[in-house]
Amino acid sequence: MTELELLEFARGPALWVSLGVLAAGSLWRIAGILRLGGKPDLAEPRSTRLIAGALRATFARMLPHPAFRRTITLAAWNGYVYHAGLAVIVFGYLPHIDFVKRLLGLAWPALPEPVVYAFVGLTFVSLFVALIVRLNDPVRRLLSGFDDYFSWFVVVLPLFTGMMTLDQSYATRSAAALPLDPLPVAVHLLSVELLLVWLPFGRLAHAFLVFASRAVTGAALTRKGAAQ
Amino acid sequence: MVTTSLGSFKSPDARVAAREFVAQAGRDAAFQLEACVHCGQCAEACHFHLVSGDPRYTPIYKLQPMLKAYQREAAPFSSVKKALGLAPRELTAQELQEWSALLYDSCNLCGRCTLVCPMGIDIAGLVRRAREAMAAGGFAPTDLYKAVERALDTGSPIGVRWPALKRQIELQEQETGLRIPVDVEGAEYMVILSSIEIMGFAEIIGALARIFRHAGASWTIPSAGFEATNIGVQIGSREVAAELVSRIVAAAERLKVKCVVSPECGHAYSALRWEGPNLLGRRFGFDVVQIDELLDRFVREGRLRLRGKDARRLTFHDPCQLVRRGGLSEPPHRLMREVSANFAEMPSAGAASFCCGGGGGVSAIHRAEGLRFAAFACKKQQIEATGAEAVVTACANCRNVLEEAIDHDGMTLPVLGLTELVAQYLEPEARTG
Repeated sequence: MTELELLEFARGPALWVSLGVLAAGSLWRIAGILRLGGKPDLAEPRSTRLIAGALRATFARMLPHPAFRRTITLAAWNGYVYHAGLAVIVFGYLPHIDFVKRLLGLAWPALPEPVVYAFVGLTFVSLFVALIVRLNDPVRRLLSGFDDYFSWFVVVLPLFTGMMTLDQSYATRSAAALPLDPLPVAVHLLSVELLLVWLPFGRLAHAFLVFASRAVTGAALTRKGAAQ
Repeated sequence: MVTTSLGSFKSPDARVAAREFVAQAGRDAAFQLEACVHCGQCAEACHFHLVSGDPRYTPIYKLQPMLKAYQREAAPFSSVKKALGLAPRELTAQELQEWSALLYDSCNLCGRCTLVCPMGIDIAGLVRRAREAMAAGGFAPTDLYKAVERALDTGSPIGVRWPALKRQIELQEQETGLRIPVDVEGAEYMVILSSIEIMGFAEIIGALARIFRHAGASWTIPSAGFEATNIGVQIGSREVAAELVSRIVAAAERLKVKCVVSPECGHAYSALRWEGPNLLGRRFGFDVVQIDELLDRFVREGRLRLRGKDARRLTFHDPCQLVRRGGLSEPPHRLMREVSANFAEMPSAGAASFCCGGGGGVSAIHRAEGLRFAAFACKKQQIEATGAEAVVTACANCRNVLEEAIDHDGMTLPVLGLTELVAQYLEPEARTG
C-alpha cells in the first residue's frame, strides 16, 4: 500500500467504519443502560421542576461547587485546561473545520493558527500533567486501570500525530487537495479513528454519559428540594 | 418475632451479594456507575479520607464490588467481555469482608462526595444501594444485624419498648404540668421519636408538649409504632426498612392523623419521608414533616411566638440527612436566628458541612469507633472556627455522637437540641396560659 492509498483508506473506509462503530457502540451502551429500567418515585415531591433541576445540574457541575473551589486540587483544575484545549484544537483549527465541512457541510470561522498552536502545546503539557498525577497520586493510582491509561493514550495520540502534520502549510491549500506528504496526515486520521472506535467502550464514553449522570442526580435531588 | 430473608453474618454468601449488587444497578444507578472518570475529587470531600490519607476511603472506590458485579453481569457489552475473558472476576467472600469496613465503617452516607462529583454521581445513594447487597449476603457488621433483630423484636434498635416511653412521658408530664396525649384518634399531628431521644434526651417530650400547646395544635404519641429510627435503611435492607416504616404507617392510619412528625433524627426522616412510600409501594394518606420544618412553619405563621434569645455564641451542626440529603437547609438555620442572639455559622454551613462522623449507622458499629473519633477532626475544625460556646443540632444521633467525640477530645462544649431551644424561648404567657 502506498502512502497515498493509506491516506485514501484513512479518509474513506476507515473513517466511515470508525464513525459507524462510534454511533453503534454509543447507542448500544446507552440502550443497554436504559433497558435496565427504573421504578417511579412514590414519595411526595418537594419540587416538581425535575427537568429544570436536571438541566441545572448538567450545567452547574461544569464548575466546582462553590464550597470546594478553594480546596480543589491542581489535578481538578488541570482537567479544565485539557478539555478546553482539546475543544479549541478540534473546533478552532481550520483543517478540522474543513474536515467537518467535507463530512457534514457545516463550517465556522477558524482561530488564527498561532492561537491553536499555543493551545496544542498547552494541552499536550496538561495531558502529561494528568498522567503524572494519575501515576503519582495514591487515590488516582488506586482507582486507575487499563481503561484509564488506554483512554489517555488514544487522546494523546491524535494530538501527537497531528503535530507531525504541522510542517505542511495548510492555510493556502483546499480541504480536498492532497497533502504534499500524505503519510503524516494518514497516520493522524487513523489515530483519530482509533479514538472514535474506542470512545463508546471505555472511559471516554463520559463524553455522553456525563449528561445522563448529572441529569439523574440533579432531578432526584431537586425532587427532595436538596439540589445545591 | 418478624422473620426476614436478610442474610446473616454467620453464613456470608458472596453469590447472594453479587446477585443483589446487580439487582440494585438499575438504570439511574448504572448511568452513574458508568460515568465515573476516576478523577478522585470525591476523596477530597470525604472526612474519612481527609483525616487518614488512606486512598481506600475514596468514596467511589467503596463501590468497587458493585461496579464489578454490574460490569460482569449486567453492563452493556458484559456478555461480549465475558466471552473474551475480559469481564471482572466473580466477587469473593474475602473481598466482600474487606469491603464491609469500607461500605459501613467509613461511610456515613453523608453525601459530601455527591456534592463535589463533577460527573454528578450520587455516590452516597449508590453506597446505600450497595449496602442492600452486603446485608443480603451477610457482609454487614455484626452490630447492625443485632440491631436489626432488636428492632424487629422490640420495635427499637436499642430495645426501647412502650413501658420505657410511657415512664418518660409520665416524668415529662410531672416536669411540665402538661398532659401528653397518647393514642388520640383524629389528632392533627402524630409525633414519633427516636430511641436515643427517649432514653437520652427525654426532655424533648416536654418541649414538644409546650410547643404544641402554644401553637394550639392537636397532637399525639402512638403507643405502638412510635419508633422513628430505621435500622433497615442503615444496614441496607428494604425488607427490614419496609417492616419498620409499616409500623409507623399503621399507627398513623389507626389514629387517622393528618401528619406524622418525624423527630430530630436525620435518617429517620429520610427513611419515612423519602424512602417510605417506595418501600411500601404506595403513597401515604398523610403528610410527613420534620419537627424543625414544622416549628419553622409555626413561627412564620405566627402560631409560635418567641421571646428572648440565647446570649451565648451558638453554632449549628447540619444533620446530613436533613440538610444536604433531605432538602431542609433553610428551616433550622432560620430557627437558629430566631433563638440565638449570637449565632455563628460554621464554614461551609449547609450544603458542605461535615458529618458528625456517626451517621449512616456508623455510630452503632463498635469496631468503627476509633475511625469515627478520628473523622471528627473535620467537624471539630468547623466548630472551632466559629468560637462557639455551644453547638446546636437537629438530630439526636448527631447530638449523641458529637457529645461522645467532644468528650473524647477533651473539649468542653455543650451540645443542644434545636427543638428544646425553641421551646425554651416561647412567650411565657402562652406557655402557661
